[in-house]
Amino acid sequence: MSIDTIQKPPIGQPVEQISEKKPETAEKLVIFAWSGELDKVWPTLILATTGAAMGKETTVFFTFWGLFPLVKNQVRITGENWMQKMLSMMNRGGDEHLKLSKMNFAGAGPAMMNHLAKEHHVASPHELMEVAKEMGVHLIPCQMTMDMMGLKREDLIDGLEEPAGATKALADAQGAITLFI
Amino acid sequence: MSITIAKSLDLKGLSCPLPIIKTAKAMKELAPGQLLEAFATDPGSVSDFKAWAQTTRNPLVESSQDGGVFHFVLKKKEI
Repeated sequence: MSIDTIQKPPIGQPVEQISEKKPETAEKLVIFAWSGELDKVWPTLILATTGAAMGKETTVFFTFWGLFPLVKNQVRITGENWMQKMLSMMNRGGDEHLKLSKMNFAGAGPAMMNHLAKEHHVASPHELMEVAKEMGVHLIPCQMTMDMMGLKREDLIDGLEEPAGATKALADAQGAITLFI
Repeated sequence: MSITIAKSLDLKGLSCPLPIIKTAKAMKELAPGQLLEAFATDPGSVSDFKAWAQTTRNPLVESSQDGGVFHFVLKKKEI
């Protein structure tokens, strides 16, 4: 199609009829939670709970580093062999033990961030995780990464759905807003 | 004609995303056509309430400000 054939509204006419056609609203939101850091897990949970509040069928598929925030806060060491155990020692799980991707300062950064959040009445990742469950957000851990990293179902918090694979995640993502965080 | 508010929410002091989450939960309890009012102090809630009303198709019948407090009235959509 040449440029000349594109219909333009005559000068002086409102362009309303063009902008009137609103894009279709996606009914689903699917977030791939790959990161385990405080500054990424937080927005993931904010978007997931908000998506559910907007009436969207919301799913968070937790994979790789994203699995560790799902570990129960009281569980310290996970894994069967020394490599998996070492992994959990170096990278403590739980949504109350998240590190910042920058300015972590051996935990001083997150402590300050949590202080600021309290001061501004911002819900913590732990609180948002509870809200997400309450609102029916589908929280799905990735089976393959669980196996590889030695995370068992009983190491992870309650309220999650059955661990699943990439096909299930992509099937859920059809026609959805998808985010990879 | 007097307008009856079926539910009133105090969301003052709360930050994103809590005002919308609490509102969405409260709206579920209402019958179609009933009104919910909410008071918030988060400046982001002005655009959030507008966007929420548009995407969920529950009309936002009022959005006003008194000092630092925002006042919203939502009408539960007719199914």
